[in-house]
Amino acid sequence: MTTGGPADRVVPMDGIHDLGGRQGFGTVAHSPAEPVFPDQWQATARGLMEVVACAVDASGGEFRHSIERMDPGHYLTSSYYEHWLTGAATLAVEHGLVTHAELEARAGGRFPLSGPVLAPRVADAGPGVGEPRFGPGDRVRVRDWHPPGHTRCPGYVRGKAGTVVRVDGSYSVPDVEAHGAARRHEPTYSVRFDATDLWHDGQHGVSVHVDLWDSYLEPA
Amino acid sequence: MSEKGHHPAPLSPVEQRVAALEALLTERGLVPEGFIEEITRRYESEIGPLNGAKVVARAWVDPGYKERLLADGTAAIAELGFGGPEGDHMVVVENTPAVHNVIVCTLCSCYPWPVLGLPPSWYKDPPYRARMVREPRALLAEMGCPLPGDAEIRVWDSSAEVRYLVLPQRPPETEGMTEAELAGLVTRDSMIGVARL
Repeated sequence: MTTGGPADRVVPMDGIHDLGGRQGFGTVAHSPAEPVFPDQWQATARGLMEVVACAVDASGGEFRHSIERMDPGHYLTSSYYEHWLTGAATLAVEHGLVTHAELEARAGGRFPLSGPVLAPRVADAGPGVGEPRFGPGDRVRVRDWHPPGHTRCPGYVRGKAGTVVRVDGSYSVPDVEAHGAARRHEPTYSVRFDATDLWHDGQHGVSVHVDLWDSYLEPA
Repeated sequence: MSEKGHHPAPLSPVEQRVAALEALLTERGLVPEGFIEEITRRYESEIGPLNGAKVVARAWVDPGYKERLLADGTAAIAELGFGGPEGDHMVVVENTPAVHNVIVCTLCSCYPWPVLGLPPSWYKDPPYRARMVREPRALLAEMGCPLPGDAEIRVWDSSAEVRYLVLPQRPPETEGMTEAELAGLVTRDSMIGVARL
């Protein structure tokens, strides 16, 4: 293993949360009904995330990224509301509401937080996109890139071609809003991908629709 | 359970962490009095799949409403008084004998709260999120929803701001039923698309 400069380093993966198409997780533990909050701590964890997000004025992107930065092993072996707790505590520490030491002292043990933000802060969001570049029926290809920060472009469609089926409104780009106060707005599109174009064993008659921001796409 | 019978059960590690964060934020004056109780009550009682069932039943009995629902889900759902966070941009997708729709969020847990409530655990856990976009026919069969081999499957990954609701097919032999009776037939799973009625 070499320990050269940054060029030798593989850019970190986007996050363990990007699960579409991954294999090996086994069966779905389906139940037709369940309590909204099986235990009080889950409701409290949810509420505390709302408290922290409000106190630090976190965008949706920053909130999601606080969970996506969890250690992969912790993410996959902990429940949904433990993700929220970990994200809330991480944001609380990063924004100076509490310290990690205080949390561990009060909890009487380890209090794992999410990993650091790897992407640079976005100071200049760049110009927004006004008119949609694409319309229903247009063929598009998803940019094949791996940003080190937050994105809502699932890995399984990168580099893949699909067809726009719907143009939605203009929304704040998550990749920007997760990393600072700057905002950029772009149209989003619902893009249909044939399963045969996504997976080598994809079935005919199956399509997957993914909602994507304008800058994730290029003409195909 | 405590061995002495009058102490509460010891807190699990995750409960200790929740209590620690809650205590520290409360000491800093950041948790309004009654806030946790209020949001618990709201999520447990104000939203849930009964709302979505009313939307579906209305669409089954009122062709004009169904047309509006498929054209502008947000506005048509608001006609019945439902809306709010995670329901501001609704798209309703219709099941037919030839087409089956199913919703997923591969990146997190996006779900139409105003009409379905908070998502169930299995919807948020890795197996469903990983597999529904890759092998929907096999996964649906595994979950008790086998489809005819020639049925088209459309999977909707809620990756941006739109939230989806599946409009299931009206079950056969329900002609004489009232709208309220029909709503009683509509399950959460049928509106996610992992069950047929």
